Amino acid sequence: MLELSILLPAILNGLTTGAIYALIALGLTLIYGVLHIINFAHGSLLMLALYGVFFLHSLFGIDPYLALPIAAAALFAVGYGLQRLIIGHASHGKDENILLVTLGLSVIIENLALYLWRSDTRTIDTPYSFEVVDFGVAFIPVPKVIAFFGALLVAALLWLLMARTDLGRAIRALAKERQGAKLVGINVEHIFAMSFGIGCACLGVAACLLLPSFYVSPQVGHAFVLVAFTVVVLGGMGSFVGALLGGLIIGVTESLGGLFLGESLGQLGIFLIFIIVLLFRPTGLLGQRA
Amino acid sequence: MLEVRGLHAGYGQVAVLRGVDLDVAKGEIVALLGANGAGKSTLNNNLCGIYGPTAGRIRFLGEDICGAATDRIVDVGLIQVPEGRRVFPNLSVQDNLELGSYRRGRKNRARNLERVYGIFPRLKERMNQLAGTLSGGEQQMLAIGRGLMADPELLILDEPSLGLSPLLVEEMFGLIQRLNQDGLSILLVEQNVVQSLAIAHRAFVLEHGVIAMSGPAAALMNDPGLKASYLGM
Ligand SMILES: Nc1ncnc2c1ncn2[C@@H]1O[C@H](COP(=O)(O)OP(=O)(O)O)[C@@H](O)[C@H]1O
Ligand SMILES: [Mg+2]
Repeated sequence: MLELSILLPAILNGLTTGAIYALIALGLTLIYGVLHIINFAHGSLLMLALYGVFFLHSLFGIDPYLALPIAAAALFAVGYGLQRLIIGHASHGKDENILLVTLGLSVIIENLALYLWRSDTRTIDTPYSFEVVDFGVAFIPVPKVIAFFGALLVAALLWLLMARTDLGRAIRALAKERQGAKLVGINVEHIFAMSFGIGCACLGVAACLLLPSFYVSPQVGHAFVLVAFTVVVLGGMGSFVGALLGGLIIGVTESLGGLFLGESLGQLGIFLIFIIVLLFRPTGLLGQRA
Repeated sequence: MLEVRGLHAGYGQVAVLRGVDLDVAKGEIVALLGANGAGKSTLNNNLCGIYGPTAGRIRFLGEDICGAATDRIVDVGLIQVPEGRRVFPNLSVQDNLELGSYRRGRKNRARNLERVYGIFPRLKERMNQLAGTLSGGEQQMLAIGRGLMADPELLILDEPSLGLSPLLVEEMFGLIQRLNQDGLSILLVEQNVVQSLAIAHRAFVLEHGVIAMSGPAAALMNDPGLKASYLGM
């Protein structure tokens, strides 16, 4: 029997990582829910965001947390533009085209990053990088605590946006009933691009919360996007609460997997869960039947 | 207020409308009648910008709206309650109604919401229910309510009685007449000839993509041609 003193820190750590997973998955699930696009460029856009935050810090001395509004706005703009100018035009309404377009985008972005910044792994130093918070049962690094609450806060704000504003209502309406949406005067192209933009803005936030306790490299997106896809499938495609719960579950699973199986096999548990969910509950924990 | 001249429209190579002329004056109920597949919904959707006509002219309140985008057409107050309701199934009744004023009528949202709930108390009772779980009749009320939320200058109703029980059909036509008496101009698209003519001021009959008959509702009611082809007399 494992000691609680080992188990609890692992769970707390898993929750902090899980909140970031949830945030990334929220963006993915929002884009999927509205546009029915599986955005393969999600990981490379996260990588771009991380580089952005990295350079804001190393070139201009801007703290990652202060960079949050800048990163969110920049990623929003990138997402809005990508959908409006490239994805929307290239897709011709065919899902397989969109798949190829986002896949192609991710290849281009990653290779551009490799060319510009080499494959070095970079980290930043902040005054609080090595500070910890004492939770009684465990010491958790300050950046991870901030990441956890920051991600939850952003998720809550996103929920409010979706539930309480006309923009959110329009996004949800368009997801299910395009012609009805047009007839109330919803501009379909605009709202599609807004959804894509907001989904990407989540990545900007995630990057700011992540960088103080993580690193950036051109391939950094892979690990996250794979996990985020798992989270989205686990939570139910397009489900908000599902993505949030799924992210936390996956974070804890990974952390406990690392504890029991060793750091390098930590992610094994994630894919076990993934396969089990696909077998027994293909619509995910909170997904609706098609 | 609405003036359609020589409208041609279709789907790809298939021509559906082949020179439609139609007009609606302020304060009228105008019925647009025609059998299934005559092209009534195609006409509506071309009026509202869902599709772009291939030729012809559409003027509304003095503005050329032929081929304009849907949001611009909503802006000028030409609002359609579509066939099949097309409510937002994943949104609550209240959210559906509020989205009715997404583009137009936002200033009057609170007042119009009150008014719609006054007309349809059923919707008020179900304001937090998801629209997808409403009955067909309730969804039709919601679709009309959503249309009213936009402060329409002209409301197009595409087969509002479709799929309703006879009692509800009766109520529906009564409601349409009351809305008109309160000052709303209505283009009523229907297959239900007798009841439509009973409340309409004028009517147009669409056949194979052209207007085959038109005139005051009372005159059409007694038209031998109409009786033969639509009423089986
Ligand atoms: N989206 C569409 N694509 C292709 N053909 C269509 C479409 N909608 C309607 N049609 C065709 O156009 C004709 C007129 O249909 P419609 O306008 O729906 O008639 P109505 O509303 O009078 O019943 C029909 O032959 C129908 O099959
Ligand atoms: Mg029709």
